Amino acid sequence: MTIMHNLKRLVFAFLLSLGGEVAWADYQLNLPVGVTETSRTVYGFHMFALWICVAIGVVVFGVMFWSIYHHRKSRNPVPATFHENAKLEFIWTIIPVFILIALAVPATTALIKIEDTSGSDMTIKVTGYQWKWHYEYLDDGIKFFSSLDEKSNRARQLGSGVDPSSIPNYLLEVDNPLVIPTNKKVRFLFTAADVIHAWWVPDFGWKKDAIPGFVTAGWVKVEKPGVYRGQCAELCGRDHGFMPIVVKAVPQKEYDAWVAQWKQQHESASGGMEGKEWTMEQLMARGKEVYNTHCVSCHQADGSGVPGTFPAIAGSEIAKGDIDAHISIVLEGKGAMPGYGQDENISNEDLAAVITYERNAFGNNTGDLVKPDDIADIR
Amino acid sequence: MATVADTHDTHHEHGPAKGWLRWVTTTNHKDIGTLYLTFAFVMFIVGGAMALIIRAELFEPGLQFVDPHFFNQMTTLHALIMVFGAVMPAFAGFANWMIPMMIGAPDMALPRLNNWSFWLLPFAAALLVATLFMEGGAAASGWTLYPPLVLQTGDALPFTIFTVHILGMSSILAAINIIVTIFNMRAPGMTMMRMPMFCWTWLVTAFLLILVMPVFAGAVTMLLTDKFFDTSFFNPAGGGDPVLYQHLFWFFGHPEVYIIILPAFGIISAVIPTFSRKKLFGHNSMVYATCVIAFLSFIVWAHHQFTVGMPVPAELYFMYATMLIAVPTGVKVFNWLATMWKGSMTFETPMLNALGFLVLFVLGGFTGIMMSQAPADFQYHDSYFIVAHFHYVLVGGAVFGIFAGLFYWLPKWTGVMYDEKLGKLHFWLSFISMNVLFMPQHFVGLAGMPRRIPDYAVQFTEFNALSSVGAFIFGVTQLLLGYIVWKAIRGEGEKVDGEVWEGAKDHGLEWNLASPPPYHHSFEGIEIKERD
Ligand SMILES: [Cu+2]
Repeated sequence: MTIMHNLKRLVFAFLLSLGGEVAWADYQLNLPVGVTETSRTVYGFHMFALWICVAIGVVVFGVMFWSIYHHRKSRNPVPATFHENAKLEFIWTIIPVFILIALAVPATTALIKIEDTSGSDMTIKVTGYQWKWHYEYLDDGIKFFSSLDEKSNRARQLGSGVDPSSIPNYLLEVDNPLVIPTNKKVRFLFTAADVIHAWWVPDFGWKKDAIPGFVTAGWVKVEKPGVYRGQCAELCGRDHGFMPIVVKAVPQKEYDAWVAQWKQQHESASGGMEGKEWTMEQLMARGKEVYNTHCVSCHQADGSGVPGTFPAIAGSEIAKGDIDAHISIVLEGKGAMPGYGQDENISNEDLAAVITYERNAFGNNTGDLVKPDDIADIR
Repeated sequence: MATVADTHDTHHEHGPAKGWLRWVTTTNHKDIGTLYLTFAFVMFIVGGAMALIIRAELFEPGLQFVDPHFFNQMTTLHALIMVFGAVMPAFAGFANWMIPMMIGAPDMALPRLNNWSFWLLPFAAALLVATLFMEGGAAASGWTLYPPLVLQTGDALPFTIFTVHILGMSSILAAINIIVTIFNMRAPGMTMMRMPMFCWTWLVTAFLLILVMPVFAGAVTMLLTDKFFDTSFFNPAGGGDPVLYQHLFWFFGHPEVYIIILPAFGIISAVIPTFSRKKLFGHNSMVYATCVIAFLSFIVWAHHQFTVGMPVPAELYFMYATMLIAVPTGVKVFNWLATMWKGSMTFETPMLNALGFLVLFVLGGFTGIMMSQAPADFQYHDSYFIVAHFHYVLVGGAVFGIFAGLFYWLPKWTGVMYDEKLGKLHFWLSFISMNVLFMPQHFVGLAGMPRRIPDYAVQFTEFNALSSVGAFIFGVTQLLLGYIVWKAIRGEGEKVDGEVWEGAKDHGLEWNLASPPPYHHSFEGIEIKERD
């Protein structure tokens, strides 16, 4: 996006904000109404509070500007001398109390309803990672990681030269979206593997923190099929801005088909592989996938790392040196890097593959092949 | 060049020591006030430069200038520097200059302590800025320093924590000094209820500081032991609780908000009556409102944590308690309006800034009322809507309050009138650019933009670009402020008498002293008969 182009849009936006009737492009001024009962309640609530504030504002600023105009020295050279009025002061203490009660009553009912996660049809466990999400369907046994899609990831690198507006859904697209059925009460349980994250899809009307060692809960009942996007809302480190959330809400039938398809795919892909001899090619292909999910945000797509912050894999003494030392660093972690060995969401196959990949990609070419069994022994 | 031990001795008139050692060894409340204000201005520019790095990166989508990790260091240091380096020291500067002159005392009660509480600050600030150059960079966890994230900080972590300790010590010493001064050194007849609002708000602020700074210091010390001494206060793997830190932090953090805004209330309560040529309306209820706000500030902290998964009754409690703050705050606003009502107003720069404060603070208060509603906060929380809200309160409130106080008392301090034309220009540029800067942030926040992100989806482009333009205008405008003050310090401008503002003698003891006041002023023989 060139600066000129940006300035043009800016002028356009400014004219719009002056009250023009030109259609708003793709930006939005207000909260989304959303697609759940909760989100509509929250929206209604937000508007109610907003209008109350507007009304108070009209009175307060009205009085203020009236006074500024009429009680200027040039119009009112002799000031009044009053400086107390118990009755008046009592009135403007008590009126806000009533306004607040008017706000508090509906807020209470809304809050109780939003926090009531009972009677859900299905449960999804959401785990925040630096910097991706892991989803586990507790009823269907499906689990996968969901991270920023490759196109956005390439474009968002410092000085990438890629125009973000040429990327569809820039920063709001993932490799594996969460799929949920519509018109079902879906309960989410949130936790985190490393630091605190927060799961926020504005169209659902709420966000919830995902905290290590804690389980928090929320729920949705999406009425309209569609794709809903959000982001991590709690500062979680370097790539906090790059762990979007994409939820595909589909009718139950479509959801069932998706579940069946997912299971079939994963049984043939990994289930069948267990105990099987892996070839170098298979390990490298799988390893690249795993690398792109778990390692790429620090060590970078070309293994060059970030000088001074994240070490390079390319030409690294660890990746080219002793295999066991390499395995133990991946399993146990080091510094800012988590120990992947403790993470039950990452299989022995994944770990073997990614270590093999790191030892042979980026010009490391050690020719070493790590087998899942090697990992299982150490783990 | 020794300093004079007995600053209470007003019989032998003596001026300041000569040379730069004057500033190092001074125990004079005016010198120390000047030091505080100068330091605050330098930090305001440093913290502002960091904000401009943030806004430059956010001008358009994509990463153009900085690595996201550095971006996070900027958001963290910007906040810490603005809160602890700019706003709080600025108010401490006003307190030092004005409280003795307002209550009829010759100086602060504890002048040596006063020197020390100031001179801790430059070291703390230098240490904090130095963390940028350490292995792993400065803390990048946001100014709230939440674990576990903050524990990923590199070598900077212990230094950041030590900085907090020094800043806390400095604040506590200053607070003790202010309390002792106000309790012991009022002129005969200056009863507590006759005391000007600025002294009252600072008295309450000083108590808040003493009560909450140790909590913050304790919380960050627990971070330190978690990191280096294998404790598990906040580490769930060892039975700890990351949310516990948030409770401790906000038990400090919410009163901190009032520590920043109450002295501004005090300044506004001085400026509006002077330029309305009326007494402050409802002085007593202003005092009570200040105390009630201070009390409430201790029992609402978890409204910063509505999304951590508290039990519903706790959420309800914190929601109701938070809403209550609107009542005493409303009283303040209505009393200011009633002070203006049927007054005889003129609009010199201090008054313009006070009215700017009123408009911006009320707008920030409105979004505050909206956010107090827990269900709505589930949307607002950690979005740019919050960023807009607290900048309306902190820039529109605290900083415009500082502007108002600065222009109000600057002629008193320097003896010359500042350049009124430039002062007005500074106000209008600040006021307009402040709104261009922060108003659009409400919209992107509501539309779904989280805070503390270095890059964003393209639908947020226009408002972010607009916000960045506002930021740069606001930033440059503050250099103009430096120029105006510099001119006044050099004595360029019309000489003013002690009263400075028409009828100001009825609005505070300070206007009964010469402008500039003698290095060691005296109120000997004075007796206060009624409230100004
Ligand atoms: Cu996150």
